[in-house]
Amino acid sequence: MSDGAITIDAAVVPARTARRSLPAHGSRRTYAAYALVAPGAALMLIMLLGPLAGVIALSFTDYQLGAPHFSWIGLANYQDLFADRVFWTALRNTLTYVVVVVPGAVIAGLAIALLIQSGTSLRSLYRTIYFLPVMATLIAMAVVWEFMLHPQFGLVNGLLRNAGLPAFAWLQDRSTALYALCAIGIWQAVGFNMVLFLAGLVSIPKQLYEAAEIDGASSGWARFRLVTWPMLGPVTTFVVVISGIRSFQVFDTVHVLTKGGPSKSTEVLIHTMYTEGFEFFRSGYAAAITVVFLVFVLALTLIKSRLADRGVHYT
Amino acid sequence: MNNAHPIPVRAILRHFLLIAGAAVMLAPFIWMISTASKPQTEIFSSELHLIPHQFALRDNLREAFAKANLLRFLLNGVIVTVSIFVLQVMVALPAAYALAKLRFLGRETLFALVLFGILIPPQATAIPVFLLLHEAGLLDSYAALVLPFTISVFGIFLMRQFFKTVPDDLVDAARMDGISEFGIVWQVMLPAAIPAVTAFGIFSVVAHWNDYFWPLIVLNSEQLRTPPLAVAHFRNNEAGTSYGPLMAAAMVIIAPLVIAFLFAQRRFIEGITLTGIK
Repeated sequence: MSDGAITIDAAVVPARTARRSLPAHGSRRTYAAYALVAPGAALMLIMLLGPLAGVIALSFTDYQLGAPHFSWIGLANYQDLFADRVFWTALRNTLTYVVVVVPGAVIAGLAIALLIQSGTSLRSLYRTIYFLPVMATLIAMAVVWEFMLHPQFGLVNGLLRNAGLPAFAWLQDRSTALYALCAIGIWQAVGFNMVLFLAGLVSIPKQLYEAAEIDGASSGWARFRLVTWPMLGPVTTFVVVISGIRSFQVFDTVHVLTKGGPSKSTEVLIHTMYTEGFEFFRSGYAAAITVVFLVFVLALTLIKSRLADRGVHYT
Repeated sequence: MNNAHPIPVRAILRHFLLIAGAAVMLAPFIWMISTASKPQTEIFSSELHLIPHQFALRDNLREAFAKANLLRFLLNGVIVTVSIFVLQVMVALPAAYALAKLRFLGRETLFALVLFGILIPPQATAIPVFLLLHEAGLLDSYAALVLPFTISVFGIFLMRQFFKTVPDDLVDAARMDGISEFGIVWQVMLPAAIPAVTAFGIFSVVAHWNDYFWPLIVLNSEQLRTPPLAVAHFRNNEAGTSYGPLMAAAMVIIAPLVIAFLFAQRRFIEGITLTGIK
């Protein structure tokens, strides 16, 4: 890492001031540096690192908001958690959501990026349209989706009926509710992934395609397999992990549309955490759920940095 | 290569697929506008039609504004997002400058903590921060909505990376002119960093305008509600009965950001994909 301060001193000090003033000058700048980082460092401690340590510590207590005192109970919260059917349901639903939304949003994002990039006309119009759901307030759009999925008057069932297909009570049926939420999740995430893939596609050197063609890769599929896909390796890893982390955090659509129901079929980790922590105020227990959630998210991040290191040779 | 086709089959196929996909992406927006424009009787009819026989958009909007104080909620959204962004810049810029251009003991540690902080999802710290605000007696206030987000480690990281690219000569010249280190942050670095600050601003405003989780946790009072919270309450009170006004309310809530996006797409896409770095 290059060190800015040293070069600054070397350049400035001999030119204008006496050598005597050098240490004072330097230390004044150091004080300034501490003053400059102080608010940020303090807030980081109070609002981020402290609370992170706090949530881990809380998970070993029976603290409840408003209770006069609390005590350390070791792993009891975790034992309760692992014995709780709702927790396992929430974990299974969250994983199902991730496993459906990540491939869906990544493959669709890639396909759209490839389609947009394969021609020159209307590129920015398409990009705008596909990006629109990323911008629009998810809660508002979730409410719109709810009406689109309305069993009787919704657009989706209306179209199905017109096509002579059976209709569903999407969000009220325990066998379809989670998948309906997945569909909303994919719809919302596709545009974001598309933009990342577009950036990746633009950065692939043209010469590689020319070289591949000279080597006999004449079909579009061969060029994709030999050039595009390997060159997109790092971007793809990145998009997969980002989508994974975001899907793990799914909450908004669940809370406003299903509240985890019907019969817990859409209960997900953060929603369980919210219910326990902010409706029943069982802070200690909710903290334990948070820790489990955190382990999953950090594991995904670790995988990303591992794969990113391996992917470097592509670029 | 079979590019010798008289009809550009590939181009037609490209547009066909992209338009089909675009129809799916736009369907909720179109359905929202369509429903918001229909009178009650047309909404509750099993027969599908997009264009209302009788336009009722104005009635639905009027009813939405009468049933919920939408202007107040939009104003809350503006107050909260702008306060958050201004405070984030005030905290992050000086720290980023010091991390990029000054030498002090603990700099590497602090930067490592910043990088670590970026990995922490916001839900992870919610319970302790909530308890903290409870102890401080700040729950159910603008402060509760704003304070936890005044620190953006991501903002510090982003601005530090940008300041690294600002030539040292610029800083030296400012020092020669007798500008203090504090002065340099606001008079030299901020003007140089306007593109990065704009991108971060878009990222920050969009994220907090759309945030539902945190306002849901800390708010009780109706008059403090942010736009997403307002829609959710509107839906809980009205769903099943008045979809027209509900869709009109949803339209009003998403309008500010969507219109801004349509005017400055490039900047918005840049700003929002910044999260990709996270």
